Parts: sequence; C-alpha cells; structure tokens
Amino acid sequence: MKMETEQLIRILAADNPRRSLSVGQVLSMALAAALPISLALFLSTLGVRPDVMLAMHNPFFDLKFVVTLSLMISAIAVGLHLSRPDAALGGWVGLLFVPIGILAIGIGWEMMLPQRLPMIVRLVGSNSKTCLLAITLLSLPLLAAALLALRHGATARPVVSGAFAGLLSAGLAATLYASHCPDDSPLFVATWYTLATLLVTAIGALTGARVLRF
Amino acid sequence: MRDRDDEWTGLMRAAISGDDGSYHRLLKLITPALRAAARKGLARAGQPGDQSEDIVQDILLAVHLKRHTWNPTAPFAPWLFAIARNKLIDTLRRRGRRIFVDIDDFAETIASEPPAEVVPAGEVALHLETLPARQREVLQLIAVDNTSIKDTAQKLAMSEGAVRVALHRGLSKLTANLRGS
Repeated sequence: MKMETEQLIRILAADNPRRSLSVGQVLSMALAAALPISLALFLSTLGVRPDVMLAMHNPFFDLKFVVTLSLMISAIAVGLHLSRPDAALGGWVGLLFVPIGILAIGIGWEMMLPQRLPMIVRLVGSNSKTCLLAITLLSLPLLAAALLALRHGATARPVVSGAFAGLLSAGLAATLYASHCPDDSPLFVATWYTLATLLVTAIGALTGARVLRF
Repeated sequence: MRDRDDEWTGLMRAAISGDDGSYHRLLKLITPALRAAARKGLARAGQPGDQSEDIVQDILLAVHLKRHTWNPTAPFAPWLFAIARNKLIDTLRRRGRRIFVDIDDFAETIASEPPAEVVPAGEVALHLETLPARQREVLQLIAVDNTSIKDTAQKLAMSEGAVRVALHRGLSKLTANLRGS
C-alpha cells in the first residue's frame, strides 16, 4: 500500500488539536526529575562541608555559586533558543561571558587582597581530583535529562545544542559540588571547575551529535 | 513571495489557535514548495528525484510534530524551510552521500513553481504496516477513507479521546520508525 501525501496531510490535520508542551517546560520537568538523583549521589558521598555556616561569610565561597548558577542560567537560555530550527547562534553565545566575566572580576578582586597563600597554591588547591571527578559524575544524570528534553525541540545544530546541554548540567552539578569544595579561590574555580565543565561539554556535544538530530 | 509568507504565517497562527481547516489548507499550500525544494536539493546532490515524495512526507511529519518550536510572533516560512533543509540533509546523510545543500534552494523557492505530478511515496506507508493494529486502523480510516475523528471513534467502538491519542501515538511512532530506517 502506498500513501499519498494528500492522505498524510489529512492525518496531520486531524491531529491539529493535540498540543505539545514547550521545550522549556519539558526541560524544567526533566531537570526537576534528575536533580534529586544527583543530589542524593552528592549527599551520600561528599556532602556539604562541615564549616558551611562560617564559609558563607566568605564572599569567595558565595562567589562560586554566582558563577555556577549564572553558567547554568546562560546555558539554559542558549540551549532553549537553539531548540528552534531557524535559530541564529548570533550574539547568544555572548551570554557565556556572564559567568566568565563574574569569575574574572572575582580573580581580580582576590588579587587585590592580601593573601596567606601564594597564587600557585591557591590555584592547585587541596582537592582538584575530587573536583574534576565529582562535577563530571554529578553532571551525568542532569546531562541525560537535558539531552532527552532537548530532543523535544528541533535544533539545526545538534553538536552545539549538545554542548549547551553539557554546560547547563555542569553548571548545576558544580553548584552542588561548590557547597562541599573546601577551595574557595576564584583561581581554583577558573582552573578545575572549568576543566570539569569542558569535559562535560565535550560529552554533551558528542552525544548531542547522535541524539539531537530530528 | 511576501504575500505568500504572510498567508502561511496567518494560517499557522489560526491553526495553533485551534482552526483545523486552516491547518489543512496550510499543509496543502506548502507541499508544492516543499516538493520543488526537495527535487532541487536531490538534483544538486546528484541524486535521482524519484524519492522526493518521501522527503516531502518526512518534512510534513516533522513540521507537525515540531510545530511547538515555531514562535508565533515570527514569520512561518524561515522556520518551515529550516525544518525542510534539516530533513533533506538528514536524508542525504542516511544515504551516505556527500552533503551539499544550498540554503537558497529553500529560501528562494518560487511560488509560481509549476505543480509537480504527485508521486505516491512508499516509505511512510511501509512503516504504517509496522504500527500496532489500533493505531494503524485509526490512521488508515482517516487517511484513506477520509473518515472524521467522530466516525472513526464510532466505527472502532472507541472514545474520540482514545482515537486522538492513537492518532498522535501512531504519528510519533511513524516518525521514530522513519528515523530508524
């Protein structure tokens, strides 16, 4: 049996009343479902650092959350924008300069203050391996959810969209990890958080290339 | 061209606010433009045009299932041709050919393009056979016999809601199967 295009159109028209959720709604639901998994993983292995009440008075501890959350929000905005097939990348990528800029200001600010530890010691920190591993692993459930949600969209750039799924999940995972991380120096964040984020972004891009085609 | 774009945009807005007739008309209106673009794209890639109708059907399915990604405040044509271009590239990739798709093929499709003869396509129909019986019956009654949702429900002793669900699931599944092939 062959189907004429005319007949297909009839089926599609009959299905017109069906409404789909927006990609943004699906993404929120997917992240809300995956976040408890990452959170449970985090709390059962690392947990919040014991001196958190004290740490909150340190502006550089708080700055980590501003950086990671602004990364997540920027990446969500670009990811959702790219879920439209006719989206131009244009100035949207510039949103990434928000977390980068905040981090740069943090580094400059720290430079101006007298420090107990030399720069290289602050950069290397005390737990860089845990940082890399934790952010990457905590990202994975979120990344899976983000990619699934973006499949609901229609991106013309699966690799770039996948990369932004990676960025947003790394931003969220880093937000969790930041509450454990004993290293508060923006130099540490700029080095190790960024490295972990790039790793997750690469995983997102590679997976996106396969799963985000429509 | 501008009139055409405005007409499409208007019809799509009406469709989204619930006018099934406008939607039907829009899909019929865009089909010749998509057909011309698909042929042009295939010819450019050095492929025979005999499968252009499969691509047209593929594009129509994607337009339908991804219409929530269209921004109703933007014109419809750029979105449509972005979907079409993506589907053509995808088809050529799946055939393992070199991809060379000029965006102008889609942007510049002239409204007065002579209507091409309709070649019945096989791919969608082929996958129709693989659907669960209920979904296939619903799709066939509506497509082939031009039955309304209401009459389909009566004929199959289902509720109208169940017919709508089967219809939508069938369409989604059809698309998934097409992608997998």
